[in-house]
Amino acid sequence: MSEANAVAGLKPWTDPNAVPFLKINNVTKKFGEFTSVNNVSLEIYKGEIFCLLGGSGCGKSTLLRMLSGFEDLTSGQIIIDGQDQAGIPPYRRPTNMMFQSYALFPHMTVEKNIAYGLKRDGLPKAEIATRVTDMLSLVQMGAFAARKPHQLSGGQRQRVALARALVKKPKLLLLDEPLGALDKKLREETQFELIKIQESLGVTFVVVTHDQQEAMTLSSRIGVMTAGKIVQVGTPREIYEYPQNRFVADFIGSVNIFEGRIAEDGESHVVVACPEAGLGIYVPHSIAGVIGQKVAVAVRPEKMQISKDDLGDLRNKLSGTIDEIAYMGDSSVYQIRLDSGKRVRVNQSNLFRSEESSLNYGDRVNLGWAGNAGIVVTS
Amino acid sequence: MSSLPLGSKIGALLVGMGLKGRLLVIAIPTVWLLVFFLVPFLVVAKISFSEAAIARPPYLPIVEWIDGFFRVNLNFNNYLFLLDDPLYLAAYLGSVKIAGVATLIALLIGYPMAYLIARSPPDQRNLLLMLVVLPFWTSFLLRVYAWIGFLKGNGVINNLLMSVGIIDEPLVMLQTDFAVYIGIVYTYLPFMILPLYANLVKLDEAYLEASSDLGALPVTTFFTVTVPLSLSGIIAGCMLVFIPAVGEFVIPALLGGPDTLMIGQVLWNEFFSNRDWPVASSVAIVMLFVLVIPIMLLRWAQSAGEGESR
Repeated sequence: MSEANAVAGLKPWTDPNAVPFLKINNVTKKFGEFTSVNNVSLEIYKGEIFCLLGGSGCGKSTLLRMLSGFEDLTSGQIIIDGQDQAGIPPYRRPTNMMFQSYALFPHMTVEKNIAYGLKRDGLPKAEIATRVTDMLSLVQMGAFAARKPHQLSGGQRQRVALARALVKKPKLLLLDEPLGALDKKLREETQFELIKIQESLGVTFVVVTHDQQEAMTLSSRIGVMTAGKIVQVGTPREIYEYPQNRFVADFIGSVNIFEGRIAEDGESHVVVACPEAGLGIYVPHSIAGVIGQKVAVAVRPEKMQISKDDLGDLRNKLSGTIDEIAYMGDSSVYQIRLDSGKRVRVNQSNLFRSEESSLNYGDRVNLGWAGNAGIVVTS
Repeated sequence: MSSLPLGSKIGALLVGMGLKGRLLVIAIPTVWLLVFFLVPFLVVAKISFSEAAIARPPYLPIVEWIDGFFRVNLNFNNYLFLLDDPLYLAAYLGSVKIAGVATLIALLIGYPMAYLIARSPPDQRNLLLMLVVLPFWTSFLLRVYAWIGFLKGNGVINNLLMSVGIIDEPLVMLQTDFAVYIGIVYTYLPFMILPLYANLVKLDEAYLEASSDLGALPVTTFFTVTVPLSLSGIIAGCMLVFIPAVGEFVIPALLGGPDTLMIGQVLWNEFFSNRDWPVASSVAIVMLFVLVIPIMLLRWAQSAGEGESR
């Protein structure tokens, strides 16, 4: 196991003594009146693949461009490996960027594109040749060294762009929507390859993406951004299973949100009175709230069960009518209309092969979820 | 069914009309070129192979009808004469040199201007381009005359320099090659700037950022990325300046001195002073071939550039 793997495996962000490799301190960027990045602070550790995830215009690309030095900070500080980057132009930073458009130089061959950064460092020719060859074989593009970018497919260009950004062994590799231009199948293959390459080189990656699937599979941790702010930082599992607020719960995956008020706040559970659901929803962990406070309970569709039969001893049980069914092959998505009129989305794995669905439009069904399936979100 | 044949008839009609429309569109420029370029060219070529004579027109016919036979008098002496007299070779070389140097100066001045316009905010670009083409609103002759006023012994520049005390006696600028360079560069600068601008404005800034990101100083980025990617614009601009500058007659006549030797003036003298139309025609034909080679280079570079970007 490589060192990088071991470090990532240890989860350095949980270690209070670990020193962050990249520190972003209270960084703000304003374009005129518009605040693109609003007082963002982040600590990223060596060997991480950190994803900045958010919709378009959330400020994630601006943050990346500030790391690479293409944008100045309005206020705040960026420290890479202990060195404040203020006033350092892009061509002197220990970062390299893989551009969304790849930005491969159209007048140079693949080989020359990759060698470009090394030539600028004035390395001896022999060393440049060796490193370019090594990098070409790492991204499996050795056979295409003499081609020009316009003679390559999208996936091949993506590899060359990655090689060009990695060949200088940057302390920090910045990737702007690295897989955005690839089709779905290629994207999935490339994701795992990207992780493999990152692990073998131990370079710290900061990835900007709007694609939550990409963020989930690639990252050691995700920072979810909206309106210039980081709203939650965590591992993919934390972000998915324990969203800290409604935005994150709603943005990552799909979710059913039940509005309500705290009716009971015990030491190890809360009950949220929820008129929409027509019951008090039981959540088995306490929150720092007061009785009567307005909150919401978020439940993932795949954590719900539906059946025509009784659901047994599930903590939260409702009933409703099937409004819509979408058959997806591996699973089916059901839209259930509750008696209150609220619609709930339920995903069920199709565990058995059958020609006819046992559940049909208009069927009356029982619906329920285990106590620990839901999570209370306060904001 | 009657609808099918009707439909196919309409289709055939549309196709026929489309073909005719296309032919019509191509026919107009083709006829234009035939009438205003090819026919005059053939007339000049014909005269260049005839013999000068004191007559009206001042040359002998090439084809004669004598005693029931065609007699063709092809006379290559005009071309041999051009080789014989070193004046003509010197004039061709002088023209190419002056046009070449002026093109280079125009490139050095025009490139930064085009770059600046291409990199300025989009709402300002049109205004700046307007300023570049603004001189065209005044007569070309008038503008060259204005330069006489600037460059002459007691002209604007000399008066200014003397009143400031930089020089004691006026510099001789008018009627030198220097004045010709100024005139050509000034006149043809917009032809350099416009194609360069059109090229540079399309240059994706991501390439420049990528270069900077990979450790290139701004000046390195300029020479390794910006210049190679704008090569087709550079070639187009240079050709647009070089080609008309080689045949330039008015600027050397007005601003140049007795030593300034350009082929345009030689042509003028042969035609109007010596009234030797055949020699003047052969001078013109040779000049055309001197210019055809650069034009073909331009075409080649443009098609190569297009292949590159696709």
